[in-house]
Amino acid sequence: MSSDTLTAVLFVAVVLVTVGITFWASRQTKGAADFYAGGRGFTGFQNGMAISGDYMSAASFLGISGAIALFGYDGFLYSIGFLVAWLVALLLVAELLRNSGRYTMADQLAYRMRQRPVRTAASTSTVVVSIFYLLAQMVGAGALVALLLGAESETAKNLTIVAVGLLMIFYVTVGGMKGTTWVQIVKAVLLMSGTILITILVLAKFDFDFGELLGAAATNTGKGDAFLQPGLKYGIDTTSKIDFLSLGLALVLGTAGLPHILIRFYTVPTAKVARTSVLWAIGLIGAFYLMTLALGFGAAALLDTGPDSKVAASGGNLASPLLAEAVGGGDGTTGGAVLLALISAVAFATILAVVAGLTLTSASSVAHDLYATVFKRGAASERDEVRVAKLSAFVIGGIAIALAIPAQKLNIAFLVALAFAVAASANLPSLIYNLFWRRFNTRGATWAIYGGLIASVGLVFFSPVVSGSETALFTDHDWSWFPLSNPGIISIPVGFLLGWLGTVTSREPDTAERYTELEVRALTGAGAEQAVHH
Amino acid sequence: MSSLDQFHDHARRHDPVYDELHATPEFTRLRAAYRNFVFPATVAFLTWYLLYVVMCNWATDFMAKEIGGNINVALVFGLLQFATTFLIALLYARYMGSRVDPLARGLEERYNAESRGGAR
Repeated sequence: MSSDTLTAVLFVAVVLVTVGITFWASRQTKGAADFYAGGRGFTGFQNGMAISGDYMSAASFLGISGAIALFGYDGFLYSIGFLVAWLVALLLVAELLRNSGRYTMADQLAYRMRQRPVRTAASTSTVVVSIFYLLAQMVGAGALVALLLGAESETAKNLTIVAVGLLMIFYVTVGGMKGTTWVQIVKAVLLMSGTILITILVLAKFDFDFGELLGAAATNTGKGDAFLQPGLKYGIDTTSKIDFLSLGLALVLGTAGLPHILIRFYTVPTAKVARTSVLWAIGLIGAFYLMTLALGFGAAALLDTGPDSKVAASGGNLASPLLAEAVGGGDGTTGGAVLLALISAVAFATILAVVAGLTLTSASSVAHDLYATVFKRGAASERDEVRVAKLSAFVIGGIAIALAIPAQKLNIAFLVALAFAVAASANLPSLIYNLFWRRFNTRGATWAIYGGLIASVGLVFFSPVVSGSETALFTDHDWSWFPLSNPGIISIPVGFLLGWLGTVTSREPDTAERYTELEVRALTGAGAEQAVHH
Repeated sequence: MSSLDQFHDHARRHDPVYDELHATPEFTRLRAAYRNFVFPATVAFLTWYLLYVVMCNWATDFMAKEIGGNINVALVFGLLQFATTFLIALLYARYMGSRVDPLARGLEERYNAESRGGAR
């Protein structure tokens, strides 16, 4: 069997397994609670696996190892920030949200505020964050397939993006949250297994001496000890150091504001199970990020990562698959071809699971927040709501396909870090205020969300990432006046500040009264949504 | 459907049982127990994490110090962030299980008893 056939067989296997799961799940999906929250019947371990599957995206698998392969130690910040961020989610958000919300991120704001303005705001930021995140995954899929076909074929890349888009629409409309969750669980198993395999093979090359692996990376890249120390990418001047700080803030505060992660807490029966699922997720995600060290430095030690290399040309995104090929025996060997095909299929499964979660999240928010509450003022039937959610999945999928094709020049890790910055600026302030501040009200919530959203997206638009620099989206024009590539250090405080300002400049006596109810419900689970029993 | 209506229609009906529960000494203890752990812990891990980021930027000589076999302070510091994350997560789960969950369960049972024999 040639390596192309093998690759094709593995990709088709991934698609068939996930399609099968989706059909199975569709028969278990009856009402809105099934479609949006998987019937709230998942166990802590299952949801922990699904959270890991939802969280460890192409940016984690392809992006972080690539960043370490190219920039050495500086790439490690992504791993640390992405992991520590889970403590914010565990300690401050997961359980309280499980008890006070229902299907979407907006639910717990709407619990005590004016429904229409806060749901419109929260739904807007849900869709914006999810689309940035979606773009990153689809760009990753395009790059992966182009590598496998061995040519820089634009048609192949574009076709891949369209195919991924159609698949994710299928998963969501047919399988709902149940199907999406099982796809994510299967993906988590595949991703962990594939990563463990490559890590062992890489370490075996260095007699399981990690120090020796680091030494080889320092030597092979020609950068010496500097490669193992912080500062290679971000230590150049004060601006780049502040950029590093900004990125660090966005990473650690973003996770607890990511809508597709938040709605996973609704898929379990109680807050205590939500806690258990986050503990499992922290264990799995932590183990995975430790292995990214071996993958990243392994790629630096064993591959050519110079300026003209394949790894560098892909912005580092292809470091993991090429590393798999190298440890399997190298280009042209059977072992190399098998491992390359295997790891590419794992990356493909990774991307499919994440895009399904993101599409479901934004479709749910459009249907439940905008359609049912804002347009129909609560008069929509469950069946109508779910029908609109499915329709929205088509529209959002279409938008993501249309945007991903021109976005292929952008780096995956950048797009995801931007999604984190938007989530930390627009979503986290209102979530935290709402759960812990009695006085917080509708104006505070809408100002926090729109303010954080406009500040983060606006600053990126005027940053060197979009115009001016050589790696920018528009290289011919330059309207950049904001020097940082990550806006977090400005936009996150803006979100918190506007949330405070909006609250203290308006009066809304109801919200403080309703806070009593929210607080009791969030902390005790009294009156929280129950699991569905079929 | 009642919980659904209530949920969708903000502030239309306010269930007085929540005010009763809120006024109980158990609830005050529950909230204090929860906050006494999560607020200091959040300040601690965020400070510890930001210290790491700041030192990567501005304490480069210290971070570059080699401990042995190509392992430097920066790598150990990074790995310590993993260790503290795992540790805080486990401590939190243990603390909640012993100090907070029993109080929460008691109040939830009271809620179920008071809202028409648990029919929601």
